[in-house]
Amino acid sequence: MIDVVYFAWVRERIGLPKEQIETSAATVAELVAELKARDDRYAAAFGDVAALRCAVDQELCDFDASLTGVREVAFFPPMTGG
Amino acid sequence: MVVIVQECAFELGAEIEAFAKGRTDAGAVVNFTGIVRDTPDNDLDRMEIEHYPAMTARAIEGIEAKAIERWSLKASLIIHRYGVMKPGDMIMMVATASPHRVDAFEAAMYLMDYLKSRAPFWKKEYTKDGAVWVDAKDEDEDALGKW
Repeated sequence: MIDVVYFAWVRERIGLPKEQIETSAATVAELVAELKARDDRYAAAFGDVAALRCAVDQELCDFDASLTGVREVAFFPPMTGG
Repeated sequence: MVVIVQECAFELGAEIEAFAKGRTDAGAVVNFTGIVRDTPDNDLDRMEIEHYPAMTARAIEGIEAKAIERWSLKASLIIHRYGVMKPGDMIMMVATASPHRVDAFEAAMYLMDYLKSRAPFWKKEYTKDGAVWVDAKDEDEDALGKW
């Protein structure tokens, strides 16, 4: 099981801040493909991956990052701090 | 080297006074303060900042560590708020202390550039027309290139 967390409009489009997912995805990109195929809400959130950023275990990463040993994956839009 | 992520307001004067006062190791203190700016139509009711609690402080500390490696800093302070803010409210502040002003200025710029695009905060603006997530700007991403 892996914790998946969503922020900002990704959270709003999916309608959930967090969920636990049973997945055999080896990478973040594979997890995205799996989620995107679920239903319209996920398709809307993951429609344009170029507009998304991700983190594994609270570290920013690329979409080809491995999920081996990872406990939490996060998806969100580009950050707007400061 | 202090990082504070909090919902409540901070006292800019008190923070800077405490940061700069009695310092004998640094002749230069620079402060940047970020304030909620109204929309061009002056109809911003409020801004809401969401963050990733498990990651935020750690991400900022990572950015700060890079600045410490690169510039001669005697101290740094970063306070960043989340939650609901009104136009004119202070969102965040960065302070740097260095023996020399160039290091203090450049480190503060570096911290700001990275906080904008690499610290997990997301701004949402509420106006009479509804709520809109603030888009990240290409120029903010481009700003990282110069470092």
